[in-house]
Amino acid sequence: MELFWEQLPVVLNALNSGFIQTLKLFFVTLIGALPLGLLIAFGSMSRFKPLSWLTRFIVWIIRGTPLMIQLLIVYYFPGLVLDNPIWGGGEAGRFLAASVAFIINYACYFSEIYRGGIQGVPVGQEEAGLVLGMKKSQIFFKVKLIQMVKRIVPPMSNEIITLVKDTSLSRIIAFQEIIFAGQSFMTGSRGIRGVIWPLFFTAFYYLIWNGAVTLLLGKLEKKLDYFR
Amino acid sequence: MAILEAEHIRKSFGRTEVLKDISFSMEKGQALSIIGSSGSGKTTLLRCLNFLERPDGGQIRVNGEVLFDGADKNYGKEKLIRKKRLHFGLVFQSFNLFPQYTALENVTLARELLARELPDYKKRKRELREEIRAQGEELLKQMGLADRMENYPHQLSGGQCQRVAIARTLALEPDILCFDEPTSALDPELTGEVLRVMRELAQRDMTMIIVTHEMAFARDVSDQVIFMDEGCIVEQGTPDQVIGSPREERTRQFLSRFSGQ
Repeated sequence: MELFWEQLPVVLNALNSGFIQTLKLFFVTLIGALPLGLLIAFGSMSRFKPLSWLTRFIVWIIRGTPLMIQLLIVYYFPGLVLDNPIWGGGEAGRFLAASVAFIINYACYFSEIYRGGIQGVPVGQEEAGLVLGMKKSQIFFKVKLIQMVKRIVPPMSNEIITLVKDTSLSRIIAFQEIIFAGQSFMTGSRGIRGVIWPLFFTAFYYLIWNGAVTLLLGKLEKKLDYFR
Repeated sequence: MAILEAEHIRKSFGRTEVLKDISFSMEKGQALSIIGSSGSGKTTLLRCLNFLERPDGGQIRVNGEVLFDGADKNYGKEKLIRKKRLHFGLVFQSFNLFPQYTALENVTLARELLARELPDYKKRKRELREEIRAQGEELLKQMGLADRMENYPHQLSGGQCQRVAIARTLALEPDILCFDEPTSALDPELTGEVLRVMRELAQRDMTMIIVTHEMAFARDVSDQVIFMDEGCIVEQGTPDQVIGSPREERTRQFLSRFSGQ
């Protein structure tokens, strides 16, 4: 027990810096994938058929294959096949590669959510706006936008909660996020080896963070509850 | 002079000819009912008048002004259509109220947006908004919804929703008010309140085109009835002629299906 109290500050210190990496990846993915997803959604709904086919094909590939493969390919392909290690070495390079893989992957998932939200607004809303003499832009911003947001929030919440946990996949390219930090104490790190409890501790970080995210998005959902 | 003249309106969807050479006209203050089975082209005709569909050919004139001419290649510019649309108002079968706005906001939104285009909007902003709000409240009172103004559509019954939709359309003071089966989505016990409001409008000499399956109502309220079948006007005349003693076999067949009611 005494040993545990001795190790705890060391472990927490390592987990904290690991978790900061996790959060960095989480936020960068959101900031990149939320707008990119919207672009992809518009692409897949485009009336210009080749563009819509191409985007749908890409979305099919990305959603149809494991994120873990995508991480490995994005990270290793430039260096191994193209002889051009664009990501650079070290932790910064791994973070960059992981961010790119995550943004592309999540943008594809988000695009489908956006598409559902956009197409889910009944045509009658647009038509009502038109016969009332509104401009297309007014119809979008004054009539349809908030209805889309309302449709998007619940599936988006699911996806964001999954993202919190998926960040741990970046461990496969040795990005030092929190699981990496927790696991290191099994093999030996900072004078501690052969203990598994730090790994259990990482779970609390995820739970607390996901709890906060759920609460926040739940609030947003409630806010939009005033209409149906 | 006729308020509305439609001549040789044609419209196809792919290979299906939905409107085949439709011509009719109506006078200001008249109520015109269009009857016919589903798929006869009634709704498409209304949607053409409201520029939700572009006819393949023909001409539409309001007060002598040509709003649509199939031969005019320049037709179709969004900005032009937007102004032309305002001659007409359309009440939908499924109301299409904006769910995120209260009854009153539904009625005032479009006018407020239009007011922004006035050159002196910035100066008169407050005055204009109050004017629009007062008009909206007045319209909802006329619809018997004085105590429902702050309610959202999901808190209203179907009949109340449709009355809000009628007020919303009236707020823009259209020359011609179109109804697309306004009671078809309502429970039978709720159709009465909507029909009552429409009857009042007819008595106040609102120019109206009503696509409906309510034969008794059409006979009672209209000055003119058109029976459509397979994209053509089969019979046209006063309600007593068309519904009372139809000349055409197709009209008789159609009406016989309603005689049980």
